[in-house]
Amino acid sequence: MTEHLLDVIGLKKHFAIDRGWGAQNKAFVRAVDGVDFSIDQGRTLGLVGESGCGKTTVGRLILKLIEPTEGKIVFDNRDLTGVDAKNMRPLRRSMQFIFQDPFASLNPRMTIGEIVGRPMEIHHLVQRSERDEQVCSLLEAVGLRRDQFSRYPHEFSGGQRQRIGIARALATKPKLVVADEPTSALDVSVQAQILNLMKDLQEKLGLAYLFISHNIGVIRHISDRVGVMYLGRIVEMADKASFFKAPAHPYSRALLNAVPSLHVGTPKKRVLLQGDVPSPINPPPGCPFHNRCPNVLSVCRDEETIFKQIEEGHWVACHLYQ
Amino acid sequence: MNKTSVVKTGQKREVWRRLKRNRAAVTGGVILLVFLVVSLLGPLIAPYPANEGDLTKRLEAPSRAHLLGTDALGRDLLSRVICGARISLEIQIAAVMIALIIGTIIGMIGGYYGGAIDHTIMRVMDILLAFPGIFLAIAIVAVLGTGLTNLIFAAGIYSIPQFARVVRGSVITLKEREFVEAARVAGETDTNILARYILPNSMAPLIVQTTLRMATVLLTASGLSFLGLGVQPPAPEWGAMLSNSRDYLVTAPHAAIVPGFAIMLVVMGFNLFGDGLRDSLDPRLRD
Amino acid sequence: MGQLLQITDLETHFYSSGKTTKALDGVSFEIEEGETFGLVGESGCGKSVTALSILRLIPDPPGKIVGGKILFKGRDLLEATEREIRSMRGKEISMIFQEPMTSLNPVFRIGQQVADVIRLHQGTGERASMQKAVEMLAKVHIPDAEDVARRFPHQLSGGMRQRVMIAMELSCRPSLLIADEPTTALDVTIQAQILELVREMRDELQTSILLITHDLGVVAELCDQVAVMYAGSIVERATVDKIFAGPKHPYTQGLWGAIPPVDEEKSVLSVIPGSVPDLSELPQGCKFHPRCSFRFDPCTRTRPPLIEGSPGHFVSCWLYTNHSTSGITREYGSYPAAGTSDANRTQLKG
Repeated sequence: MTEHLLDVIGLKKHFAIDRGWGAQNKAFVRAVDGVDFSIDQGRTLGLVGESGCGKTTVGRLILKLIEPTEGKIVFDNRDLTGVDAKNMRPLRRSMQFIFQDPFASLNPRMTIGEIVGRPMEIHHLVQRSERDEQVCSLLEAVGLRRDQFSRYPHEFSGGQRQRIGIARALATKPKLVVADEPTSALDVSVQAQILNLMKDLQEKLGLAYLFISHNIGVIRHISDRVGVMYLGRIVEMADKASFFKAPAHPYSRALLNAVPSLHVGTPKKRVLLQGDVPSPINPPPGCPFHNRCPNVLSVCRDEETIFKQIEEGHWVACHLYQ
Repeated sequence: MNKTSVVKTGQKREVWRRLKRNRAAVTGGVILLVFLVVSLLGPLIAPYPANEGDLTKRLEAPSRAHLLGTDALGRDLLSRVICGARISLEIQIAAVMIALIIGTIIGMIGGYYGGAIDHTIMRVMDILLAFPGIFLAIAIVAVLGTGLTNLIFAAGIYSIPQFARVVRGSVITLKEREFVEAARVAGETDTNILARYILPNSMAPLIVQTTLRMATVLLTASGLSFLGLGVQPPAPEWGAMLSNSRDYLVTAPHAAIVPGFAIMLVVMGFNLFGDGLRDSLDPRLRD
Repeated sequence: MGQLLQITDLETHFYSSGKTTKALDGVSFEIEEGETFGLVGESGCGKSVTALSILRLIPDPPGKIVGGKILFKGRDLLEATEREIRSMRGKEISMIFQEPMTSLNPVFRIGQQVADVIRLHQGTGERASMQKAVEMLAKVHIPDAEDVARRFPHQLSGGMRQRVMIAMELSCRPSLLIADEPTTALDVTIQAQILELVREMRDELQTSILLITHDLGVVAELCDQVAVMYAGSIVERATVDKIFAGPKHPYTQGLWGAIPPVDEEKSVLSVIPGSVPDLSELPQGCKFHPRCSFRFDPCTRTRPPLIEGSPGHFVSCWLYTNHSTSGITREYGSYPAAGTSDANRTQLKG
């Protein structure tokens, strides 16, 4: 029994690369390569990283939209590991998803009333007669008007569609919401509206968020805890204050250093990373970051890193701290 | 046609407007409208009974009494063409319905589940497609026998692969879309996902395919009847009418030109309209 | 430092199904030699259209430059012939885009593409052009330049492709480089590399840059002057120091306040109520007034001109005209959310 809402242990997802029939050596994309974390009720874990780090895959694995290759997912004290698609369905009312693309995440042929109401119907949460009223109050809760109930998605702007997506996610009163880059496709001013809304709703409804983003400013704003991913692994995890005060992992430091500063006049001391973000196909041995790390030691090339706690609540996977 | 075009409610007006501007499509549409009206009214507007012939007036050239002339058995060609339209329409609708329903189901199953099921289904479709058009229809008729119903089966079965392919293409594109993932996250069953999310968004290519297939079916049916394998005499099916006038091409060409021209006109109508429909539904051609 | 580019009252409209979309509604600004000028705004504000208008790349139909002057080195580009403009593109004015994959031809090798540009504008022979191309690739810090020159675009990463674009567009030492969201599609660590590269190239070649972006951090790092665009017009223009220290236009303030900062805590992000107007049905008066907490009578009737609110700081807002000379000073980042009471507003007016 655990007091966490969500526990993830040793999660891995390897995609086999299709090399055709009878190919000799199978290559794998190690999208997620051993990830551990937990999320408490009503709290937000922000997962940040660059392209290819696996954060999007983690989001989908948690909800079992993709089957994990290895690892354990315990949600609400229930082990989801062996559960098949059919038995997952009733569980889905407690865990929901907000998608990145406001234009592709809504069925163009359904009214927004139907889109938001459908999850309620599927899980038999309301009587037919009450359903529309519930949907309308949900629409109002996310900042839309109840008279927009019968409109179609294409009649709304990007920001409004994202609100509809949020309303849909909340329709079943979930405990956990995975948000995959929910504001990346939106303008800055619209992003602010959506972030404020998400924070409000979290307070009112006691939601837990797994918030995935590549935007560090957004992560800082919305998270309680921050996890940094690189090549399928979490390299650092800490409470927000601790992380931003003293980022431990060289990659975290490089990430924060790379963000252009809004304060003119204090030129940033840049430590640029060499080379490109590597591909998760056949990652290098040892520490996945060693070939770009400004603080690399000889041990980094040979030995894998261990996720270790260096301070209360602050974990790092780096040989500098072993 | 690889991109799934989505017909959105508010844009139906837009589609209609673009269609109206396309003169070829409008021409096709007018032809089809005439075809439809003629088929429906059939015997009511035919000046003479289609199957009764005056043997004293064989192979007469067009005159005031017989606007399109008469055929080898003295029957009024105009009346036969009018009544033949209904037969053609019956065949087209029935055959295309068969192909549409079966093809859609096959396409959806194959596209959605993928893997071995998809491979098997597609190979069967490929086998059907490997037969040069009319030979497949002939083969089916050879097995089932002649007559109207078997002709419809033959034309229908022959058209299944096209629908299956089109639907399968849509399904494969759509099943990875985020709104379908969202449906899965909400807990929708596979059947519901296909019915409520994927199928409604595949309408555009399906509609276009239906219109174009009508033309092919007409040609196939006429072809089979021409060969004597389809509708049996004395039914005024256009292909059969062509066949009957074969021997008189030099002496009384009008007997062949009239049904031939009818076939050509209706096929052209479907093609023009179908092409225009495809163009106006294509989101990329938006101005 | 002379004036390289002077744009006056540029108007670009788009026509479709009976509607006229005023993408650019009287845009004016200047870029000096060697200056980096940032054009900032959200989607639909007209910043990309500005860039395309300068290079006369607006598709006609449905678009048309209907008014204004674009003086480049004293010459009006809108009067030049198609041939003259074409010879300038790539040679005197270059452009790099957001998505390098679509700007590079996928079926030709990298080296070949860069060499072709060199050969076209400098008239050098095949071998000499290829040599220069490889030199250029090395100059933008592409490792193993000779090897990379033989590769195809799809074999390179996003960051590398953007370096190739920079190499290609700077190969002929243009006086002006237009960069349209050059780092938006890149990861943040790669973006840092590219920004560093742009800075290096600019310092060495003394190129002026027109940088178009929605990312304020990039602007703060790279630009000398900044102009903020909204619904087809420039609403504020100043040096980077001035505009970040004290934005004057309510829209700019709202925008600055909406960005979650990386290096400090912020509990509530400021929100600009409403949404961007339809460019074919613009409101009367100031285009921003329906969303502005500070609006008062003249805002709803006449469009405010771009005037110098304080030395070197231009703003298009009635709050700064015929009112207090220093304008309204608002603390950076504490711009309140919408729904400010009237009492607050009158207090600010004095």
